[in-house]
Amino acid sequence: MSLDPDRAHGYWRANLRLVSVLLSIWFAVSYGCGILLVDLLNEIPLGGFKLGFFFAQQGAIYVFVALIFYYVHRMNRLDREFGVDED
Amino acid sequence: MDTQTWIHLVVGGTFLLYIGIAIWSRAASTNEFYVAGGHVHPVANGMATAADWMSAASFISMAGLIAFLGYNASPYLMGWTGGYVLLALLLAPYLRKFGKYTVPEFIGERYYSRTARLVAVLCLIVASITYVIGQMKGVGVAFGRFLEVKFETGVTIGMGIVFFYAVLGGMKGITYTQIAQYCVLIFAYTVPAIFISFQITGNPLPQLGLGSEVLGSGMPVLEKLDRIVTDLGFAPYTEPSGPRLNTFLLTLSLMIGTAGLPHVIIRFFTVPKVSDARRSAGWALVFIAILYTTAPAVGAMARMNLTETIQHGPVGHPEGNLVYEERPQWFRNWEKTGLLQFEDKNHDGRVQYYNDANPAFAERAEAWGWRGNEMVTVDRDIMVLANPEIADLPGWVVALVAAGGLAAALSTAAGLLLAISSAISHDLLKGIFRPGISEKQELLAGRLAMAAAVLVAGYLGMNPPGFAAQVVALAFGLAASSIFPALMMGIFSTRVNRSGAVAGMLAGLGSTLVYIFIYKGWFFAPGTALFPNTAAYWLLGVQPESFGAIGALINFATALLVSRLTAEPPAHIRDLVESIRVPRAGGVRG
Repeated sequence: MSLDPDRAHGYWRANLRLVSVLLSIWFAVSYGCGILLVDLLNEIPLGGFKLGFFFAQQGAIYVFVALIFYYVHRMNRLDREFGVDED
Repeated sequence: MDTQTWIHLVVGGTFLLYIGIAIWSRAASTNEFYVAGGHVHPVANGMATAADWMSAASFISMAGLIAFLGYNASPYLMGWTGGYVLLALLLAPYLRKFGKYTVPEFIGERYYSRTARLVAVLCLIVASITYVIGQMKGVGVAFGRFLEVKFETGVTIGMGIVFFYAVLGGMKGITYTQIAQYCVLIFAYTVPAIFISFQITGNPLPQLGLGSEVLGSGMPVLEKLDRIVTDLGFAPYTEPSGPRLNTFLLTLSLMIGTAGLPHVIIRFFTVPKVSDARRSAGWALVFIAILYTTAPAVGAMARMNLTETIQHGPVGHPEGNLVYEERPQWFRNWEKTGLLQFEDKNHDGRVQYYNDANPAFAERAEAWGWRGNEMVTVDRDIMVLANPEIADLPGWVVALVAAGGLAAALSTAAGLLLAISSAISHDLLKGIFRPGISEKQELLAGRLAMAAAVLVAGYLGMNPPGFAAQVVALAFGLAASSIFPALMMGIFSTRVNRSGAVAGMLAGLGSTLVYIFIYKGWFFAPGTALFPNTAAYWLLGVQPESFGAIGALINFATALLVSRLTAEPPAHIRDLVESIRVPRAGGVRG
């Protein structure tokens, strides 16, 4: 079976779009909320946490886990849509 | 049963388990030795990756760093978890699709160059050796305290165990021992954390306990901690300090480094399919996050316990401080190791633990008759290990923590040693110097390389620079600046060519090494540092551990520029890149 260039490129572009969106969120929760905006967010309480501190030591990690599983879910669907899945 | 008996029982039991697994999972072929036959279940691989990944630094040092740095330890938490997002989205599935044994092998084929492969081997060995030093130090510390043997003896015993199952089983033996080690280490880490969180806040989940109120005080844990540490002249626990640029770059270096560490990447070669590699990265992060979200609670509560044990009354009150002769048993135990040291500077028989480097506070302390901080050594590495004793938990919990620390250090050491030995036997010997050797000879070479790597690691473990987490942080700088960019460009660009990749890796690795050596001494030789390793001398306040991200940037820029100026890669390389971008073998269906 040979590679159909159009479909392969369509698949790759869709993949890059998904990855860019997910990496923007990745950046926002860690570097944004956890580091650059930490002083601002620390003014906001979240239970016994300051919000900025919470992102830096708890929240960002939970979001990272969610990002990977969402990626897995979406990529599996893309694989099937473009006929490049392994089954 | 006393604590010491428990320790011998539990640690001995886990060692027997590892040896049992080693005998059961001997490697019979190079395929089994390098990638465990390629049929590890993605969830099992996630667990093994978590153990591979979580080292002595994660288990022993991290909570200690958090305890003493507070918010400023956040780069370690975000960096060592956020890297998995990069790994899952940018590298793991594609490298799995490539379907070979080692990281340098990918670099060598993608950049159609033996030189590139050789440079990758060099980067891999430098990063992995740096990293393994930290593990051996961790093994020595854990043994030294718990089995009451000398540091060197501890390192030797640890080496012996790793030697046995890594040489015998290769990746197959390592995978199954790592799964067992994950179970031991996560149990060991969370049980004391649950006890302590429950004691302090009444909430057994440490993640929630950290955001709860201290029982009987009506004040949240973090607010109380901020108060008791600032009362003693220390910086507030939850507030950032130091240049934000450094925090940013340190986090980025650790993330990129995590995604570029060969011993983690090769774990994703062991799953059956591309989609399994993605899923496995998710599970790895779940298993890692269980520890990483617990650590901030452990750190905060340990700091609170330690501070309140010593400063049990009002600050400045003549009877507010712990009487040295009445110090608790854990204090005595750790004094024996030299990791905790007291010096009665004002000869009042009481312990004053405060920040005497804070001039305003030191002046007030002077008026109370305090003559300087008397806790002259409080090694950060002991916080997790001493925690169960500080919280007065039963002997079996202390024993569990000892076994957990050893499991964390041994599992990571084994993974690193496999990365090193496969680079030597598969990339150097089979790939470059003696392509004609048979599979049997290659397997033997792999075992010999493994044995040699264990010995080198042990020697370096006995003569290490800095404390465990910092040494490890250096390895990340190297992986970030050399390996990650080469891999990422190899997948996401069809234009980057042989010359670009080689120049990029050398520029990234070189600049990062030089920046580290300037402050830590040339090849870590004592007395050869150009500048003192302190914030005042760092370029724009960027510490050596944070430089990896800049090194990576230099690598990317150099590679792209040099590639632009030289010939495009040949057509078959473009085809190779196109084919690793799609999961299905043979390309797109119909």
